[in-house]
Amino acid sequence: MTDIYQIARHDLLEPAGLTDHHLNQVLHTLAGKQIDYADLYFQSTYSESWAMEDSIIKGGSFDIDRGVGVRAMSGEKTGFAYADDIIFPAIDQAAHAARSIARAGGDQTLKAWHKSHTHQLYKPVNPLHSLSETAKTRLLHEVDAYLRSKDSRIIQVNISLAAEYETIMVIASDGHLGADVRPLVRFNVSCIIEDHGRRESGYSGGGGRYDYEYFLNGNLAFKYADEALRQALVNLSAVDAPAGAMPVVLGPGWPGVLLHEAVGHGLEGDFNRKGISVYSDRMGQRVASELCTIVDNGALPGRRGSLNIDDEGVPTQNNILIENGILKNYMLDKRNARLMNKQSTGNGRRESYASLPIPRMTNTYMMEGESDPEDIIKSVKKGLYAVNFGGGQVDITSGKFVFSASEAYLIEDGKVTVPVKGATIIGNGPDILTRVSMVGNDLKLDEGVGICGKDGQSVPVGVGQPTLKVDEMTVGGTRVHE
Amino acid sequence: MTGTIQKSVLGVNELQVIASSILSEAAKRGADQAEVSIAANQGFTVTAREGEVETIEYQQDKGIDVVVYFGKRLGAASLSDIRHEAICAAVDAACHIAKFTGEDSASGLAEKNDLAFHYPDLRLAYPWMISVEEASKLACECEREAVQYDKRIMSAESVDVATLHGHEVYANSQGFSGKYSYTRHEISCILVAKAGEDMQRDYSYTISADPSRLESTSAIAKDAAERTVRRLGARRLKTMKAPVIFSAEVARGLLGHFNAAIQGGSIYRKSSFLVDHVGKKIFPDFVQIFEQPHLPLGLGSVAFDDDGVITRPNIFIEDGVLRSYALGVYSARKLGMNTTGNCGGTHNLTIKTGNKDMAALLNLMNKGLLVTEVMGQGVNLITGDYSRGVSGFWIEDGVIQFPVHEITVAGRLQDMYSRIADIGADVDMRGGILTGSILIEEMMIAGE
Repeated sequence: MTDIYQIARHDLLEPAGLTDHHLNQVLHTLAGKQIDYADLYFQSTYSESWAMEDSIIKGGSFDIDRGVGVRAMSGEKTGFAYADDIIFPAIDQAAHAARSIARAGGDQTLKAWHKSHTHQLYKPVNPLHSLSETAKTRLLHEVDAYLRSKDSRIIQVNISLAAEYETIMVIASDGHLGADVRPLVRFNVSCIIEDHGRRESGYSGGGGRYDYEYFLNGNLAFKYADEALRQALVNLSAVDAPAGAMPVVLGPGWPGVLLHEAVGHGLEGDFNRKGISVYSDRMGQRVASELCTIVDNGALPGRRGSLNIDDEGVPTQNNILIENGILKNYMLDKRNARLMNKQSTGNGRRESYASLPIPRMTNTYMMEGESDPEDIIKSVKKGLYAVNFGGGQVDITSGKFVFSASEAYLIEDGKVTVPVKGATIIGNGPDILTRVSMVGNDLKLDEGVGICGKDGQSVPVGVGQPTLKVDEMTVGGTRVHE
Repeated sequence: MTGTIQKSVLGVNELQVIASSILSEAAKRGADQAEVSIAANQGFTVTAREGEVETIEYQQDKGIDVVVYFGKRLGAASLSDIRHEAICAAVDAACHIAKFTGEDSASGLAEKNDLAFHYPDLRLAYPWMISVEEASKLACECEREAVQYDKRIMSAESVDVATLHGHEVYANSQGFSGKYSYTRHEISCILVAKAGEDMQRDYSYTISADPSRLESTSAIAKDAAERTVRRLGARRLKTMKAPVIFSAEVARGLLGHFNAAIQGGSIYRKSSFLVDHVGKKIFPDFVQIFEQPHLPLGLGSVAFDDDGVITRPNIFIEDGVLRSYALGVYSARKLGMNTTGNCGGTHNLTIKTGNKDMAALLNLMNKGLLVTEVMGQGVNLITGDYSRGVSGFWIEDGVIQFPVHEITVAGRLQDMYSRIADIGADVDMRGGILTGSILIEEMMIAGE
């Protein structure tokens, strides 16, 4: 097994000649009197992307970003500064700035470092080096040619291949020493098809914490192309969506974005500590139908939302948020856990060294139930069957959330009939979950394309769910629904 | 608290020197052309909650983007490190990538005679001489006033005071090197109000390049409190068709979709509902849409675009008719047109307003929906299909009746634009797109 700590030291500390002595010195600067907790977060990220358009490899780019975030906490207060050079004077200066927050707080003594227990959910490989440049560009050419050959009505194809190789190291005054090496790859295909003056688009893609071989196995990249075309063709025959309240059946996999919006954000610890979430003070209460068990699991092998340790050095875990309809746990980072007298759940994440860690989701999904998906469809007289979505958004205070269907069909007399145009679906988190009346036996996780934004910070996440039926949601179409 | 960062931050002139050294590294490696953009900024944000400062965040970023051209092939790299070795490594990486990209006949820098060799100084930087302590005091004052404004205000989620000073440089191997500095200062207040089980959140903010133009903390506190409290007791509506007013802050998004749909990149990719629409009627006769790139203190003001091309007051919609797309050098070449100085977007896109204030606009609508918040991403620019979650107020007899939420409005942007009945004079200046509130004759509302 490759020692992740060795890699992290080699990537992050050695180039600048930083030793344990330097780190101790900075932590001492940070964690004097009146500071309850302090940490240093070293990060280096190498990323690349290749983009194809008009059958030409048009864009190729390579990016390096390295830096250190320095944080000091005193009571409810946090001071934060960062340096975009990993060099001792810059780190020391950031430490002085961060600790200026202190006015009241405990008298923190530094604990001896102990390495965090970590999972091995993915290999510490550099995906940028996993294929030659020739092989990367060949893959894009092949997928482009394949897709264009499938339908002469295709007028535009955009394909991109991207990878990231991130190394992090966290050193905290509570003794946590954590390191992680995080590969991440992604492949996207979109196409526009034109028929009798009508233009429609389709999109597909996926990825995870692997190297590029992932897309070659089983011709996965070509399957994304098939899927993008299939969606564009469905959209070409879509009619106006209905408007109004109706039963909605959500397909398995990516529609789990419903859970991310309707419950996930509302169960993040910061909002609940402040008492401003619609789920605040509802621990132990029924917030969903008893068919619903929802988890946030950062410890799934290879998933886009997975992490061996979170960005505060805490190992990720499988957190049960809602069990048989009862609210069980919030998602916590160290800061909110400390202020709420709880333990971190391994959900402290940050976009980069230049942002503060906050409670975030990892892979959020609903456990499967017992219904046959076909029976779920059959149970609906008139409603909507939504199988693919764009993004969503939630107001965690009022509980109102939206998500936008990108592939949906009418259900008429228990049968899936015509495709309808994209429409926004709106609901109220706690109401919607109490109206889940059937849960399928077909749990599926998404393909690995999710990005979640909160407080201006983006992080990769995963979602999933089995087929499920919500008895009533408001569908924002344009056609009166009789 | 005595937090200040003393580290000498790179000035805009030093960034220009770095840019020219990168261009010469590219030339040394045989690149036919090269371009560099550098952005650097520094500032801080303080956040207050429950009468005290909760967070102090110091910000200090720099980013360098390099593009090299070998004939019609390009390679790009970016970095944040300005050491010579790092710069050389990035230029090497960009040159390496250029071996594997394809020949693209539209690729390359702007023609020399399009470049902004003589550009005006727009004076976009007005540093705020405020210490972290003073900013903390302001944030705490704002929070205190806000939570005391109404007993239904439960708490402030956060009150932020932020200041940022940035520098931008763009240089290319045609001999162009442009620079400017800018500032952004902001006070924002997010509140939560509660009545029984009903909890609602809303906010207010002020943003300006010039700190003396910021609204007072009292004004922000009051506005945030009023906006939050008035949402309590919101209901749904029945599914129906009705006239809709988008208040100025959300009307900006409506105009933003038009902005996105006329960008050269959307047009040559055929991913806009306005492909092949130059010369066609999009809006009613009274609608004029243009840009004001040199607007004093405009948040979208800039003297040259991302290609180094001079910006100009383009007219996009004249008497309701689409006159031009917004083009950069690349998209213009793809379309066989000329650049309009819009690489990177438009600059203070502005819609000519009528003379009605909100009260008069509500009166004109008489009965319908006033939208003050939109949610989600339900806009398809390829087809123009529009469907979004909204909240706001139900209006009858030109007067607010009650707050509404958990409803959607839907239509097609083409129809929404052609059915604009009036544009209010209440322009929201807090962004790079300038519009007043917009009244649309009729839309589909989905609710109960």
